[in-house]
Amino acid sequence: MEKNFDVIVIGSGHNGLVNACYLQKAGLNVLVLEKNDWIGGATVSRELHPGILYSNCSYVCSLFRPEIMRDLELPKHGLQIVAIEGGAVFTRDGDYLASYRNYQAKKRELERFSVKDSESYSRYSRDILKQCRFIQPLLMRTAPDPASFKFRDLSEMLYLLRKVNDLTASELADTVRFWTMSISDFLDEYFENEVIKASLAVSGIIGTALGPMSPGTAYVLLHHYMGEVDGSIGAWGYARGGMGAISKALTSSFRAMGGTLLNNSEVEKVDIKGARVRGVILKNGDEYLAKNVVSNADVKRTFLKLADPEHLPPNFIKKVNNFKIRGSSGKVNIALDSMPKFLGVSESNPCLKGDIHFTDSIERMERAYDDWKMGTWSRDPFLDMMIPTLTDPTMAPPGKHFMSCFVQYCPPKVGGKNWTKENKDAFGETVIQQIADYSPGFKDKILHMEVRTPKELEEEVGLTEGNIFQGELTFDQLLFNRPIPGYAQYRSPIKGLYMCGSSTHPGGGVMGAPGRNAAVEILKDLDLPNSDIRDAYEVL
Amino acid sequence: MTKSKERKDRDITFSEPLFRSPFYDFFAEQETEGHWYNWNGYKSPTILSDEELEYFSIRSTCSVFDISPLNKYRIIGPQAEDFLNKLTVRDVAKQNVATVKYTLWCDQEGFVIDDGTLFRISDNDFRLCSQEKHLPWLIDTSHGFDVEIIDESKHICGISLQGPTSAAILRLLGVNRIDNLKPFHLIQAKISNYPIMISRTGFTGDLGYEIFMKNNAANEIIEKIWAAGKNHGLTAIGYNALNMARIEAGFIVANIDFISSDHAIRSNRCRRPDDLGLGWLVDLDKGFFNGKKAIVNSELENGKAFKIYALEIDGKEPVEGSIIYYNKKDEVGTVTSAVWSPMAKKSIAIAQLKLGSSKSIMENLWVEIYSLKELQYYKLMKKVSIVKPPFINLARRSSCPPVNF
Repeated sequence: MEKNFDVIVIGSGHNGLVNACYLQKAGLNVLVLEKNDWIGGATVSRELHPGILYSNCSYVCSLFRPEIMRDLELPKHGLQIVAIEGGAVFTRDGDYLASYRNYQAKKRELERFSVKDSESYSRYSRDILKQCRFIQPLLMRTAPDPASFKFRDLSEMLYLLRKVNDLTASELADTVRFWTMSISDFLDEYFENEVIKASLAVSGIIGTALGPMSPGTAYVLLHHYMGEVDGSIGAWGYARGGMGAISKALTSSFRAMGGTLLNNSEVEKVDIKGARVRGVILKNGDEYLAKNVVSNADVKRTFLKLADPEHLPPNFIKKVNNFKIRGSSGKVNIALDSMPKFLGVSESNPCLKGDIHFTDSIERMERAYDDWKMGTWSRDPFLDMMIPTLTDPTMAPPGKHFMSCFVQYCPPKVGGKNWTKENKDAFGETVIQQIADYSPGFKDKILHMEVRTPKELEEEVGLTEGNIFQGELTFDQLLFNRPIPGYAQYRSPIKGLYMCGSSTHPGGGVMGAPGRNAAVEILKDLDLPNSDIRDAYEVL
Repeated sequence: MTKSKERKDRDITFSEPLFRSPFYDFFAEQETEGHWYNWNGYKSPTILSDEELEYFSIRSTCSVFDISPLNKYRIIGPQAEDFLNKLTVRDVAKQNVATVKYTLWCDQEGFVIDDGTLFRISDNDFRLCSQEKHLPWLIDTSHGFDVEIIDESKHICGISLQGPTSAAILRLLGVNRIDNLKPFHLIQAKISNYPIMISRTGFTGDLGYEIFMKNNAANEIIEKIWAAGKNHGLTAIGYNALNMARIEAGFIVANIDFISSDHAIRSNRCRRPDDLGLGWLVDLDKGFFNGKKAIVNSELENGKAFKIYALEIDGKEPVEGSIIYYNKKDEVGTVTSAVWSPMAKKSIAIAQLKLGSSKSIMENLWVEIYSLKELQYYKLMKKVSIVKPPFINLARRSSCPPVNF
């Protein structure tokens, strides 16, 4: 086996694979090292019950950039993203508020709860779309270093300032407020109905160790909205074949270009000699050499575990230590013998094909957050539940189903102590019970269940504290401050060591932009052309 | 209610997302072509049987069009007039009881949100009709006023009778006061004992009336009108025919000819009243109203903005959506509505153009037309002239009493 490579990528998460593909495409000899015997990191599908494929971590797709899919010919390698219909919040009084793709159906459903709110929804969507248009062009650009006087930093700063300058005075005020306010306060500006507000607040807290009343959560909502499926901004889709289909297509593209990917190859240390990278050393003692190493791991794992601190400046280490990457969510994946029935809703209602919630007020979400602050999982958690097999025929035999439940809040430690098996079972039971409250007979349909707390997410996937975004998406950790001021351009204090994970700009979600942007910077350092990396599509 | 009945009632939001007006069954029966569209959340016809024939009924006999999808807000209370003065740009104190005024309202930056018609039913009782929905804006503006705002949109329905024989049809139905009803005035009347409100208004530039009633009167009244119109050429029409007539009359439509500031995602799409040629509606002598300060300040920016113009175009090719050029090369704007006018025998259009104030620009305007003939485009440049709307001016529109056809 060859031991010398141009680039080694640590981790086969979607960003690691995107990065590896672009570098291999540019003519470099790239090696991807994956510690598990499966690929994909948190973009993974595994068959944990015979015949039933899971989306074990991430479960929906909209942020994944279409430019990347096209550059890397992912459709040719089997990737299909299909749009999703519907969604609903079940209410405690036996009703539900559904959401439909059909705009009129959505408005008519909102009218059942509040005519005024149904009308306000247009203004709300307009304002969100305005913010999306502002931020979307920033995703596929390296953030400028505001302290630098290099030409490219100055010109990127100028680009940012021009964008800000294009805003009217009131738009600028709205934007600043939007980036800093809580999702609860933001929704209060438009809506009066509690259920409607609860249904919209969800995107402001998913993956974040904040409550809906915490400042900064409005931006998190935007982060979830700025994706698109085939140009329809804010729409969500499924990767056909589960989220693993994305890493599968990336791997296929990577290998077709001649790249090397090794499973069961956990990196123990990045080998650093004389302030520059030499290669990596595996847990099993194997060594691979490369002048460039790209870490798909989060910033804490990369610089507190993989790289020796002796090579790093103390203020850098301190900032890495203080990077906010608190785990806040868990996942319960369930194989079902048949489709569960839900109280109050017709079986033919397409809303069941989307994301289902059982939390009908912002107050309940905030109380769920209170439990997390006290160091335990929420007694009345917030679930984002989906049954992708209602849309995707490839994941389960006809009539059988896979159900994905994202669960918030769930702490990395319970009362300051490590998770025990009893804790984990009780957490799983809390989730199952909430679903069963709205779906009689639900428990009898369960064939198999995978419960994942932040502990499993850290141990299996490698996400520090189980944080799904590799670091919280609050304003203090975005743009040129992500992950660390002065190191927002995918480089590190060590020559030849780069970052490409969601810890970097523009952050988490299965977007691929960090991996792509890092490739642009690496090629720049190597004086290689990046003509195969297309610019972001215009936002007109 | 049983559980399954309850479930079924909720299913209607996805099984039938578009509302059906109380007149839906009547129009569906007239319909042979299957062209429906979403008008403000209602399933509404674009064409019922033949677009041109429907248009000619407006201009030669009488048309009946369902205006139920319009938003109807009832504004009642001791301070209704004060509230409406804050909301809209005209001076409502000058509007007499039993009249209707065309008006518009702006946001705090003086950008037009929508236009509509304001019916003064009594001193303290108004109805505001509009194309777009505005309940949150009305409620926000009403803060501090002793006024009640009722969204009547789903409880009050309406039809529009437009055309030379419309007065005769209403006369046949026993509405005797129709002869004294002046343009932009309204009366309360009864047909088959159902109370109705009739106004001499419409969107066609022709003789015509709009009739509002409670939903429960709809079936009976449309039947009576249909029967009375039998010998007067009464024809049910869809939106396309009405649209031809409204362009001829030079009326603009929110979110077709201009983007409502409520919908604008790009802030430079917002327009002030003057940009829409509606500066004459704005009464700067009255007290504070939404957008007043910005409108006053904007008078200094004259010539910088896109404005709406009425155009006549050489030739007969359709120009909808075409780009307008100065000197055949510099883009100056886009056509928003256009039609061949059967009444004027001209190609006419409404467009948003950024021309500044130079006369010479106005005399050197061209429209680029891509004319599709059997799968091949012919690119044409046709001369454009700016004219003063309306494109047609019919004496019967305003004569009182109405002339007999």
